[in-house]
Amino acid sequence: MLFTLIKKEFLLEFRQKSTLGGVLVYVIGTIFVSALCFKGHMDKPTWNALFWVITLFTSVTISGKSFLKETGGQALFNYLHYSPQHFIIAKILYNMAFMLILSLVTFFFYAFFIKNEVENISLFLLVLFLASTGLAGILSLMSAIAAKASGNFAMMSILSFPVVMPLILVVIRLSKQAVDGLDWAGVGLDFISILAALNVLTLALAFLLFPYLWRD
Amino acid sequence: MRSWYKILSVILILYTLVWGLLGNVPRLDILNETIRNVFYHVPIWFAMLFMMTVSLIYSLKTLGSNSLHHDSKAYDAAWIGFFFSIPGITTGSLWAKYTWGTWWTFQDPKLNGVAISILIYTAYFILRSSVEDEQKKAKISAVYNVFAFVMMNVFIMILPRLTDSLHPGNGGNPAFAKYDMDNGMRMVFYPAVIGWILFSFWLFEIKNRISILKNKLND
Repeated sequence: MLFTLIKKEFLLEFRQKSTLGGVLVYVIGTIFVSALCFKGHMDKPTWNALFWVITLFTSVTISGKSFLKETGGQALFNYLHYSPQHFIIAKILYNMAFMLILSLVTFFFYAFFIKNEVENISLFLLVLFLASTGLAGILSLMSAIAAKASGNFAMMSILSFPVVMPLILVVIRLSKQAVDGLDWAGVGLDFISILAALNVLTLALAFLLFPYLWRD
Repeated sequence: MRSWYKILSVILILYTLVWGLLGNVPRLDILNETIRNVFYHVPIWFAMLFMMTVSLIYSLKTLGSNSLHHDSKAYDAAWIGFFFSIPGITTGSLWAKYTWGTWWTFQDPKLNGVAISILIYTAYFILRSSVEDEQKKAKISAVYNVFAFVMMNVFIMILPRLTDSLHPGNGGNPAFAKYDMDNGMRMVFYPAVIGWILFSFWLFEIKNRISILKNKLND
């Protein structure tokens, strides 16, 4: 059941190539604009902050529409055929995979057009993974709320930016350590564990709260 | 007698307002006389947190029962808590001007946390106003409120402990932490906390009665 749902998400995504292509153009366009604006004068903290701002906006864009499609007849079909738990897990897993892939793509083009400042790549990849998990948890639930509330994209950003802030702040701090090239011995383990704990917390909340949004 | 706590809150707040200014306080570096702000600034934040907790409880009750009555109480409590953030920020900002030399700083995680919490609850009110259907509004906003409350607590309880804060008691700053607050101060501080929390509950009751009357008028 879970597998079917995830497969359905991916099929839908690749069938509508316009959304996938749109997000890619969005990412590359933003990076290109930043590269032209900064013209190479970018120190490490700026590099780090800009990267996460771009990733955050991309994540909100791609997850924002994940429930907007599921209205009317489609919602009724889902309601009759799937359990809310399966449904939210599928959405989160799908969003997480999509965000992880997109953040890797962002990183690639960011390094290509601007430059690669990351000195501890393995830590950076870990941060990307943890960030996309946490973002997927928060943003999937927010997308469900926004879709129920008004179904427009503005509501999605109003709801998600404030609640995403704690996660993003920890992520930025940890990612700064990766950019500065701290070796694994010097990395603050408490930051990693705090980030992991935040992820568990948001995933649990999304899992527990989503069933209440399920029925209308 | 249902109004005992109202009288008690007025007496306690009056006592702490006057005695907070007249009583003796320890002389600490940097803080000096501004330490008296602990009698006003901190209890107001406690009252806000208390109201947000009340709001959380009613939101959880809404999720469990689907009753519009609980939903309106959750909204009222969040509204009162939100209202308390204004004097909370004003007293803090005034105090910061005289001790840190600035009205606002982005260096302090608690300040950032408070700013974001205000944004979170603003989003909660926007969400409520965007949904027409009452049942739907109750359910959606309860879900958001639970999530928002947890995130707010992560922000103002957990994150400030990760980094140095400029706040007294954090990062080696002189403080009203347990070692610095003498017994004279405690005699004002604890009554102030109780007084403001009772006062916030009184405001909540009034707001709630207004909501009930408004609902009756609408029906």
